[in-house]
Amino acid sequence: MAVDLSQAIEIVVRTDPGRVRPHNEDSVFANAAVGLAVVADGMGGYNAGEVASGMATSLLGAELERLFAERAAAGRGSGRRLWDYDVLNEEIARVNDIIYETALTQPQCSGMGTTLVMAMFHDNGMTVAHLGDSRLYRLRGDEFQQITRDHSLLQEQIDSGLITPEQARLSRNKNLVTRALGVDPGVVPEIRDYDVQAGDVYLLCSDGLPDMVEDEDIAMTLSSLSSSPESCAERLVDMANDAGGRDNISVVLIKIRQAFPAARGWWARLLGWFK
Amino acid sequence: MAKLILSMDGLVLREIPLDKERISMGRKPHNDIQIDNLAISGEHAVIITLLNDSFLEDLNSTNGTYVNGQPIKKHFLQNGDVVELGKYRLKYVNEVAPETVAADFEKTVALRPEAVHSTVEQAAIKGFGETRTGGRTTDPGAGASLTATAPRSDAATAPPRFAATTTTPRFATTTTPPSQPMPATPSRAAIQILTGGNAGKELELTKTLTTLGKQGVQVVVIARRPQGYFMTHVEGARCPVVAGEKLVANKPHPLNDHDIIELGGVKMEFFLKG
Repeated sequence: MAVDLSQAIEIVVRTDPGRVRPHNEDSVFANAAVGLAVVADGMGGYNAGEVASGMATSLLGAELERLFAERAAAGRGSGRRLWDYDVLNEEIARVNDIIYETALTQPQCSGMGTTLVMAMFHDNGMTVAHLGDSRLYRLRGDEFQQITRDHSLLQEQIDSGLITPEQARLSRNKNLVTRALGVDPGVVPEIRDYDVQAGDVYLLCSDGLPDMVEDEDIAMTLSSLSSSPESCAERLVDMANDAGGRDNISVVLIKIRQAFPAARGWWARLLGWFK
Repeated sequence: MAKLILSMDGLVLREIPLDKERISMGRKPHNDIQIDNLAISGEHAVIITLLNDSFLEDLNSTNGTYVNGQPIKKHFLQNGDVVELGKYRLKYVNEVAPETVAADFEKTVALRPEAVHSTVEQAAIKGFGETRTGGRTTDPGAGASLTATAPRSDAATAPPRFAATTTTPRFATTTTPPSQPMPATPSRAAIQILTGGNAGKELELTKTLTTLGKQGVQVVVIARRPQGYFMTHVEGARCPVVAGEKLVANKPHPLNDHDIIELGGVKMEFFLKG
């Protein structure tokens, strides 16, 4: 019994190099059927950033798709959040090692790495993993909220009270991330679970959007264009470009059309006890 | 590298590079910047520099520390700020070479503890795009405590990768300085309703995004962009007509002055103001 979430979840993906950079070092991956979205913002000289972010999204995407299919084939329900947590942790560690090894062995890739933000939807909830300053936002009703907290020097300075979020926009220390994928032999992703409600809109993005567009304007765009994720994603990219487009811009918009509870038949529960 | 230019009565006395994380100012001789004047407290103020940002803090001085004429306790210094201690003025200068700005300055880099240790020298000399890899600062504490972070064991053995990957400012041709002004906004515009119960009413398009129509029936949005106004049909089976042309769903359509829009049986006119 394969779980297909594409009825419940609509995902729109846009990525744009912006107006200054010649390359797009961002990579995105989305699969509405399994309920998975990934944004990675690569870093490293020459084309290495693209390589790192591309590896992150394709490796994570392909492997998680495979695991979903396997799990569905084994007849297991998708209601086990612990499973998702472990799988994400393992997969991120595995991809981290691959990128790290590649960076060590390929001179042209030396020093590459990538940020990561990903959301996995299952059983009226989602598991979010992130590293670095790519973000996840949520619009629920009128409330627009940043769900992930950047792993960046600036965020640490804000947390410690050294600077205010308003001052942070003026900082010259932007884009110094304190966690990233593929830059160290080990990695500690931040993984959290959230409940999901019908009508929610989620936005995964690289820092090219929030650096150029105020949260307030992002919120307004999401709420006024929530009926058309397609136009909304387009508009967000345009807004970042209109404001200068100094970095690559990637957005993944996820609209929750209806609830998607896991199958909870007596047999599913029974199987759940035995596995 | 950021620096301070110390002057009194318009006379430049010396230039002080902010090459240390903590630079103290005061009357007593142990200060990094000693100003031997009775109006200055023994330990008057301190400047903490973290990579490319500097923070000025008054150390409860008797006569206070002023920035651009305002007394401050703690201040995030911006290029061009003038710090005043008694009769002395210190101008804060932190200019980024324009060609490195867009290419290097904004590139995401990972920070490891030793990158903070070497703070200003490395960042300033090698450029901000230097690929500093890996690691985490384990202590999210205040600025000073960042350097207290112990380097992790693997950091010491890490290959000298961050020395090898120099990012040349090869994007120099397409740069925009960070202080670039916001792109010019187009002239103001409004919509006047021509038919129906609200005929004659005018709606000024002040927001970057204006929504028109009824949710669930027919919705269009008008986006204000630097190059003009664009209308997009986002909801509803019936598409609006602009200047006799039927809009395609989700495709932005540029609005021209005096375009007639038909939306849900109501005619309205788009026009530019002044």
